[in-house]
Amino acid sequence: MPVQLLDWEALEEFFTALKRRGFTLIGPQLQDGAIVYDQLEKPEDLPLGWQDVQDKGSYRLHQRDDEAAFGYVVGPHSWKRFLHPPSLRLWRAKRSESGFDLQEEALKDPKYAFIGVRACELSAIEIQNKVFLGGSYTDPHYRARRQGAFIVAVNCTQAGGNCFCASMGTGPKVETGFDLALTEVLAPSRHYFTVEVGSEQGAELLKEIPHQEASQQEIATAQQLVATAAGQMGRELDNSGLKEILYASYDHPRWDEIAERCLSCGNCTMVCPTCFCTTVEDVTDLSGQEAERLRHWDSCFSIDFSYIHGGSVRASGKARYRQWLTHKLASWIDQFGSSGCVGCGRCITWCPVGIDITAEATAIRNSQAVTGVKTKGTRHVQADH
Amino acid sequence: MTRARKPKLAVWKFASCDGCQLSLLDCEDELLAIAGEVEIANFLEASRAVVKGPYDLSLVEGSITTPHDAKRIQQVRRASKTLVTIGACATAGGIQALRNFKDVQEFVSVVYAQPKYIDSLAKSTPIADHVFVDFELRGCPISKQQLLEVLSAFLYGRKPNTPASSVCLECKRRGTTCVMVAQGTACLGPVTQAGCGALCPAYNRGCYGCFGPMETPNTVSLAAWWQTELDASDLDLLRALRTFNAYAGPFRKESEAHDRKQ
Repeated sequence: MPVQLLDWEALEEFFTALKRRGFTLIGPQLQDGAIVYDQLEKPEDLPLGWQDVQDKGSYRLHQRDDEAAFGYVVGPHSWKRFLHPPSLRLWRAKRSESGFDLQEEALKDPKYAFIGVRACELSAIEIQNKVFLGGSYTDPHYRARRQGAFIVAVNCTQAGGNCFCASMGTGPKVETGFDLALTEVLAPSRHYFTVEVGSEQGAELLKEIPHQEASQQEIATAQQLVATAAGQMGRELDNSGLKEILYASYDHPRWDEIAERCLSCGNCTMVCPTCFCTTVEDVTDLSGQEAERLRHWDSCFSIDFSYIHGGSVRASGKARYRQWLTHKLASWIDQFGSSGCVGCGRCITWCPVGIDITAEATAIRNSQAVTGVKTKGTRHVQADH
Repeated sequence: MTRARKPKLAVWKFASCDGCQLSLLDCEDELLAIAGEVEIANFLEASRAVVKGPYDLSLVEGSITTPHDAKRIQQVRRASKTLVTIGACATAGGIQALRNFKDVQEFVSVVYAQPKYIDSLAKSTPIADHVFVDFELRGCPISKQQLLEVLSAFLYGRKPNTPASSVCLECKRRGTTCVMVAQGTACLGPVTQAGCGALCPAYNRGCYGCFGPMETPNTVSLAAWWQTELDASDLDLLRALRTFNAYAGPFRKESEAHDRKQ
């Protein structure tokens, strides 16, 4: 289907059409000094005229000189919190005369329509699809939520200070995995979106709202904006041979140096759109009649996470950071077939002490080049999570 | 569950404000269930009626600050099968441990008209410095939910779910935007143990460290960031670290480093 065009004024009808189909709209909005994802009612709820300025350990909102609805990059939230909720009850059990009755948690399909999913975020969802839906053991909760979701992607027309999707090959242009993909254009007298259709569902929805085919000029303008974003990346990461370099760097002195700064607070893993680890917690009530199993987001930075008989296998901060970075950028490739990093920069922004994954990986690469550490005979980090 | 007899619960107070014991009375909806499962044998905040020991579970609030209390905690330990300390006073010495950094006799001479009647120890210390403690429940005050969790875990012989990871994990799970990163507000969350549900950041305040140091607190790195990026002075750091958990090892050491630099 050729590229279509949607005027800003038609966005309200677009939202209404989604609601009519039973979707709950989730999208960007201003809350407590940040652009977060939450339930969205109308286009005016979008962060019109705001943009985020991000640096290591720093995020600030600034007023733009236009009324762009998607003029920011990514905030503290990711779609992970809707597809893979931070806390979930898995089952409940009630004591009975013969033992206990188990009641599994019903699968929920909240029918989310995600508004404003960026290219890096689509890649992150694609990665979590592999994690939760690939292999022999799949996650029915994730499946229900993912299958029911309608994805309205938005191409980035500018990049942020911690963005490096261009290095990871995950953006800034969305390629696949969406129902509709918008590119926002603010022409002098006109505010419009070019629209790419990515699915049957997307095409059907578009029929219900006023739109027209985009002209070559309009398409070119939108493409130019996305190309500009590609040239604005605040950071970069050289992925060539990175897996081998990291596997050979188990004893690299840089890990000790990072451990002096790393707080082991786990913020990087919480904000990462691909980090998927959880812990389960069994609780009983006071009367001993009921029990339940809860699942929460967990982090490889907590001691309990790697606790096995006899103690934690990653007792030092050094071991935990090394595990996280090596899994993300190296062993993830062996485990899931791609890097675990999509270049969104969240871990850099939301690290309370500004640790930069791109700088750390680069430091290890550069010092390896000098010392020429051999790959053979060094210990390899196991692909685990 | 049917038991031969209900376990006997005792609640003890040492140097403290009573706030943590009151968390037990605060369990309004669950209080009947608690009373249904345990015999509340000694809880002066709730009832003058005291059942003699020994006790199956003792909840101990407060720190040890007098020679008299140092002896009394030994008696409590002897009378208790399981002893759980509750709150920052009992687990870290409390706000009154601020005196540990000074000469308490100087305060006594200035504050009291008749200092000779005051029989105070030089330091306010946690219960675990005096007797074996089976479990420490952090917080100033403790969280009601965590208290219920500890009671349930005790009743059914399991480990309580009270993670020692950072407040940040709770903050991120509830979807709160980081006040330090987004607003430049000094926050102790990354070095503080979870348990409060990330209450203060949810109300746009930095964490005050009520639950004490988390399992692997890197206070040196956090303090350096506060100083270089948030313009915090040594005095700011000293004040932030010296509150309810001032005498907890990692907070104490870090505050002493900034005290020396002042």
